[in-house]
Amino acid sequence: MNSLVLQTASRFLLPLLLLLSVVILLRGHNTPGGGFVGGLLAASAFALQAMAFDVESARRMLRVNLLAMVGLGLTLALVSGFFSLSVGGPLLKGLWFEVPVLGFDDPIKIGTPVLFDIGVYLTVLGVVLTMIFTLQEVVE
Amino acid sequence: MMLSLAILALLSVAAPWVCRYAGPARGVVLAAFPLGIGAWFASKIPSVADGGGIVETFAWLPELGLELTFRLDGLGLLFALLVTLIGAGVLLYAGTYMQGHHQIGRFFAYLIGFMTSMLGLVLADNLILLFIFWELTSITSYLLIGFNHDKKESRSGALQALMVTGLGGLAMLAGLVVLAFAAGDLAGVAGGVWNMSELPEGLSGHAHYPWIVALVLAGCLTKSAQFPFYFWLPSAMAAPSLVSAYLHSSTMVKAGVYLIARLHPNLATGTAEGLWEGLLIGFGAATMFVGAYLATRQTLYKRLLAYSTVSSLGVMVMLIGMGHPDAAAAYILAHAMFKGCLFLVAGIVDHEAGEKDVAEIGRLFRAMPATGMAALLAGISMAGVPLAPLAGFVAKEKMIKAGLDAGPLTALLTALIIAAGSFTVFIAIMTGFKPFFGKAQREPKKHAHEAPWPMLAAPVILAVLGIVYALVPALFATPVVTAAGEAIKGGPFEAALRLDAFYYYEISLALGLSLLATLIGVGIYFGRGLWVKATSPFAKLDGVVGPARMYDYAMLGLTKGSWAQTRVLQNGSLQVYIKMTLVAILGMFAWAIWRTGALPSVGTNFERTGLLEWVLIISIAVSAIVATRLGSRLATVAVLGVIGYAVAVVFALYGGPDAAMTQFAVETLIVVIFVLVVYHLPRFAVYSGLAVRMMDLLLAATFGGVMACLVLAAGSQELFAPISAYFNEAAMPETPDGQSAYGRNLVNIILVDFRSVDTLGELVVLGIAAIGVYTLMKLRDDHEGTPVAEREGDEDEREGGNA
Repeated sequence: MNSLVLQTASRFLLPLLLLLSVVILLRGHNTPGGGFVGGLLAASAFALQAMAFDVESARRMLRVNLLAMVGLGLTLALVSGFFSLSVGGPLLKGLWFEVPVLGFDDPIKIGTPVLFDIGVYLTVLGVVLTMIFTLQEVVE
Repeated sequence: MMLSLAILALLSVAAPWVCRYAGPARGVVLAAFPLGIGAWFASKIPSVADGGGIVETFAWLPELGLELTFRLDGLGLLFALLVTLIGAGVLLYAGTYMQGHHQIGRFFAYLIGFMTSMLGLVLADNLILLFIFWELTSITSYLLIGFNHDKKESRSGALQALMVTGLGGLAMLAGLVVLAFAAGDLAGVAGGVWNMSELPEGLSGHAHYPWIVALVLAGCLTKSAQFPFYFWLPSAMAAPSLVSAYLHSSTMVKAGVYLIARLHPNLATGTAEGLWEGLLIGFGAATMFVGAYLATRQTLYKRLLAYSTVSSLGVMVMLIGMGHPDAAAAYILAHAMFKGCLFLVAGIVDHEAGEKDVAEIGRLFRAMPATGMAALLAGISMAGVPLAPLAGFVAKEKMIKAGLDAGPLTALLTALIIAAGSFTVFIAIMTGFKPFFGKAQREPKKHAHEAPWPMLAAPVILAVLGIVYALVPALFATPVVTAAGEAIKGGPFEAALRLDAFYYYEISLALGLSLLATLIGVGIYFGRGLWVKATSPFAKLDGVVGPARMYDYAMLGLTKGSWAQTRVLQNGSLQVYIKMTLVAILGMFAWAIWRTGALPSVGTNFERTGLLEWVLIISIAVSAIVATRLGSRLATVAVLGVIGYAVAVVFALYGGPDAAMTQFAVETLIVVIFVLVVYHLPRFAVYSGLAVRMMDLLLAATFGGVMACLVLAAGSQELFAPISAYFNEAAMPETPDGQSAYGRNLVNIILVDFRSVDTLGELVVLGIAAIGVYTLMKLRDDHEGTPVAEREGDEDEREGGNA
């Protein structure tokens, strides 16, 4: 597909959508969002790129092998569950730490569920793109 | 204990890197770990022999009652020592044996992975934990048997082992669950008793006892290659020799024996006529005889040993069933030494002389004296030659004495033991004597020479330990065998065990029978041409109706049955798939209504339906009708997308912003995927006649109506108290207590915290689906004739490099 409108739109939308997907991923704990939606959004950003140009360019932009990304996501999700074992809790119990950050009055709360959610994000992104890219490559 | 498992698991993962950087020292480096762990277990011998076990518990999923309970007692100690110490010797051996193999790192990862699973299996106290390790040994064994996967016999041998032990394992899982609940009945625990050390008395009186015995034994007997399931073990000899020595002689095949021994105190009835004992004696004795007999017709080194291992496993099962735990434990330890040694010798002969057939070779002693001495000692031990002070002699005397003390079965069992013993003597001569001292038919294929020290260490040490066992039993044999035997018996022995060989140097019937068996065995050796001719009619019969043949028929039937049902159920027509799914779901509803005899009441609260809702309802309905009338697939997909978006708006209106966002994203991506899939489908056309289309309309309308009623009914009824109040409280309590999830978005917290195990499972499913799509689309040959996979692999590597 060689549509100038789509290609121009994709150039602007891709970074915006990716940024939005990260915002949605991180804010998910308190407001609507989370790793699953974030991953889907990021996937649609790259799917747009692949439709506007071709899969090759989208893969180049992604830089990472998709199945490796799925593996990384699964590993992160699993590893996040092991932290609680070190304090004697059950697997996957959420642990939270308060980290003081320069320039903020309140300390930032960081927990293992965030790591888990990042794993969800990467897995969803990798899985959806694997499906779309492999299907589309056969078409191309 | 848990630490040792963790160390081995990490070592398994790290093995490929160790292999890459340690070079020829890999065997030494890797063997050091199990050796250290084995030394730790050995240091526990005195305290365990005094009755002091070690228990370690870890709350894994306390909500499900799943605890990781590990327990070290006498029986577990015997097997833990075998797994770690023989494992260390085998790793040392493998470092040299596998040198130059292009997948050596992977091999060590599998082998140490197996070691971890086997150690976990013998230390686990929890039944579920035991089953998980049990299956892990099956899987790692599959990978190891099929390691040379470019050979057809490796692949079929691996699959056969997996099928037989896997099916038995499934039966065993059912048996263990029944066992746990039956034990719960007796102990008055509602959720069942899952720790083996807590099983109550009197299980044999429970109504489900026959089921427990049948199902658990199905797992144990297949795993331990008992008659008639023994055939997978000789096929598994396609694995490298050291794998056979380790898995298929010393450890894995004894897992079934281990579990029988472990559950014996709880499942035994106390009399030889009991179901448990009867089955054990029957299967054990049959296996002992058949295995030894079949071995006499073999000439390949490893197959001889494989069939004789089948026979030995039968001996162990039989001895436990006969109520001689001391003899069983003594035999397990002795067998691990002489058979492990001989398997490793078989590997050396193959590696250094290039020979596999013992009928052809001989006089190798001059070229490889150390190997020859080890083989000779192990052979004498295996034969149980009278008055030779070796481990095998002691074990054999105890076995014959057990046979002479079998009540009404004395005559039958003694005859079988002596017959199997004679065959075993013959096998021992063929494997321990003939290759090194016997007459050679021809020169060996390779210029034979002695093996390097890492390959010699384990067989020589095992052979020497066979002497130590019988001459200085107090050093290790007596405490280990006593502790293990008492664990099998479920109580202390009345008299101290005698494992010193000289104790058995007396004129007795047992010694006389042992001498008789030896003479018959030597006789068969000299008349082996005649023997093979005389038994060939039985071999022909075995080829027609033998167990291995039955397995082939069963596999063939499975394939044919799968084809037949696939042709009916999955004939490739998407319409048929959907129709069948809908009809099946409707059928289930109909069944539920018929069972309960009542239609669910449907709520009719339509007050909140305002203008916006009506717009949505009408647009969904119109889109649905339009979708069925369009003549193009792409247009249909787009219209379906409209329905999806409308549903997302409904979510947003009714306070589900998370669901709405997800629905929008999913709907968009589904349209994209649909468009890509449509490309592969043939041009759209209508082939169905009017009648078929009317039937479809009826089916679709019924299904839609039923689903709508169901949703309305679900919304108007409250079967359980809503859990949302608890979630709210746990997510952000008024007073933080350190336990809360610190979040306000309940949907997300449920996903990543409260029910994160579910999410993890779903992620794994997603990953598998992605791999499925990838393989389906990529592993087809493309039109140019080069496999797509090949190009893809290169590309992946490049990308991986960038990452």
